[in-house]
Amino acid sequence: MNPLLRWLHQLGSPPTFDRFAARWSPWGYGLGALAMAVGGYLALFVVPADYQQGDSFRILYVHVPSAWMSLAIFALMALYAAIALIWRIKLCEVLAMACAPSGAAFTLITLLTGSIWGRPMWGTWWDWDPRLTTELILLFLYLGVIGLYGAVDDRRSGARAAGLLAIVGVVLLPVIRYSVQWWNSLHQGQTIRLFGESSMDPSMIAPLWWMVIGTHLWFFGALLARARADNLRREAGKDWVSTRVGVRS
Amino acid sequence: MNKVGSRADGSANQNPSAADSWRQRGSDDRPLTMHTADDPAIAAPTLLTSARALIARDLRLLWRRRGDALLPALFALMVVMLFALALGGRRAVLAGHAVALLWVAVLLAGLLSLDSLFRGDAEDGSLELWLLAPVPLAWLVAVRTLTHWAATVLPLVLATPLLGELLHLPRAQLGVLVASLLLGTPLLSLLGAVVAALTVGMPRSGILVALLALPLYVPVLVFGAGSAAAFAQGLDPAGALLLLGAGLALALVLAPLAAAAAIRIALN
Amino acid sequence: MSTSTTPGPLLSVQGLRFARNERPVFGPLDFTVDAGQALLVRGDNGAGKTSLLQVLAGLLQPDAGHIAIGGRWTDNHARSRHIAYLGHLSALKADLTALENLRFACGLHGRRAQRSLQAALETTSLTDYDDAPVRTLSAGQKKRLSLARVWLSPAPLWLLDEPYANLDLDGIGLVNQLISTHLVDGGAALITTHGAYAAASVRMRELLL
Repeated sequence: MNPLLRWLHQLGSPPTFDRFAARWSPWGYGLGALAMAVGGYLALFVVPADYQQGDSFRILYVHVPSAWMSLAIFALMALYAAIALIWRIKLCEVLAMACAPSGAAFTLITLLTGSIWGRPMWGTWWDWDPRLTTELILLFLYLGVIGLYGAVDDRRSGARAAGLLAIVGVVLLPVIRYSVQWWNSLHQGQTIRLFGESSMDPSMIAPLWWMVIGTHLWFFGALLARARADNLRREAGKDWVSTRVGVRS
Repeated sequence: MNKVGSRADGSANQNPSAADSWRQRGSDDRPLTMHTADDPAIAAPTLLTSARALIARDLRLLWRRRGDALLPALFALMVVMLFALALGGRRAVLAGHAVALLWVAVLLAGLLSLDSLFRGDAEDGSLELWLLAPVPLAWLVAVRTLTHWAATVLPLVLATPLLGELLHLPRAQLGVLVASLLLGTPLLSLLGAVVAALTVGMPRSGILVALLALPLYVPVLVFGAGSAAAFAQGLDPAGALLLLGAGLALALVLAPLAAAAAIRIALN
Repeated sequence: MSTSTTPGPLLSVQGLRFARNERPVFGPLDFTVDAGQALLVRGDNGAGKTSLLQVLAGLLQPDAGHIAIGGRWTDNHARSRHIAYLGHLSALKADLTALENLRFACGLHGRRAQRSLQAALETTSLTDYDDAPVRTLSAGQKKRLSLARVWLSPAPLWLLDEPYANLDLDGIGLVNQLISTHLVDGGAALITTHGAYAAASVRMRELLL
């Protein structure tokens, strides 16, 4: 068997995954924090102020990576859920559900930073900007997945049901996005977009990539940590858990 | 009395090729006891016979509790009244928002009635009968959802002209509004069926159902109410209506499949 | 009514295993049931009797193992034609009459040749109640109605979960008689029960969970 496939298959066993997650999760958090610190420093102190928006545009460096993560995590969650439903792989159920809280957090950050960024331009804390409105609906989708998973007693059924919801959500997300854009153009004409299609000066892009890499690494760490916790909870009562946790030597 | 333990002890494990003689009797799908020619019994249910049986059952059930059939319409009326009271009842204000208010009222009434889609059958074990039927579960779900729509939401849509009068809806907008509702509400029912199927095992899932359904309902509401609003602005509503129609066609195929998968998961 | 003279078993189970919430419920199980045979599934509460029947019926997915009907390994959906299931829930609509419930069940599952709805009610002594809403029936009468539904099913394999529950002595006799006739006709049955109500012909083989 292909060594990669073999390794993936081994990873599916709960004790092996626990070891893997325990080992690599701190790296994800650590390197992610480091990258975000570098990106943050560059964003706040090195990059020159925008000639149009002044210093307030700097929040873009938090807003944009968060927005990208909120969408990417949802797609990843749906992918894990699809694998879990089709091939009935337990680990993928756990991974899918572990994605949801991180994704919801990133969505919330996107909304908050978007609101803060928009305030100087709009004059209010909220303007039904199509991108932000889509993010708001995305937040509801995440909360729905989390809520459904928590509402079902049997964790496996709950994970499968919430996974199915995630798949339905990811299929409908482009439709939702398009419909919100259409709605916006119908009722409000063109609003000032949060950031236009104009390309950014190369000197301004570097911090963005640092932040993107940083958030990805951070998410990797968070995903492994959360999946590990869920894995342990599911397997509670088994011998290897007692041994690992130290109750029994 | 032979005791068959949990391990194979003497009872031969048949491999697939051992029972060829049984298979040669006829198609593998035919049940063991053959039917004689003089009794035109229902041998195996087809899509049509099962659909007819389900529709007949649902209509009978509806008739036995025909009082309940008015509840969605009453709820929509209440929503309209509350909005009229809250907005001040002035003609110009209400007329300007009539389309949106009516769409929301119909949407909410439909959302409330979603609970009755599968819950009764789940509670008395009828869903198990559906699962064990030789016809695809998705087919039964589709038939049930459309019957439910016709019984609970369609009367509401037909009552829209009356509700529109309460909100001083401009006559010219009525046509597009009803068209958008006729295309949009079955779509809402189909999407709602997926949500209802996901929560069918849960005892008190009211708010959760609304939370799950809301993101899925947004595009339908946008294009539905938007088509009438576009028409009011002098734009062509055909694009939005066609999108609704396309969505409905897709949902007719995909939503029952998703709902059937959800029911299987929920009953596990 | 043609009797099956097949040499192979009607139901064949290999390595069947089922777990819920990571806790094993039953398994691995290997057994067969031939046409004309009954298998009595005994066990304490929580031993997994109901789960076993639900897995066989296709309502639950097993964690491992294979199930064959009439010599063909099948997945869930392909099995449904060959199975009549009587579970804990009655699957009866309270607002409909006995006849209407039976008519609906036959519409979904088919009806066995030369068995009419009226005959089903006669067999289960419910002819006086054919017009009454099921809501008005007692627990024992509802059980008889469910048995009538199974009696009407064209499927050869009966999976009966606690068929004797809620029944008086007459009802218990009825269940045993229905099962015996079904076995003579060439069908097979798996029955779970707590108590020792099953008649001699039914207690042919036992499976202890």
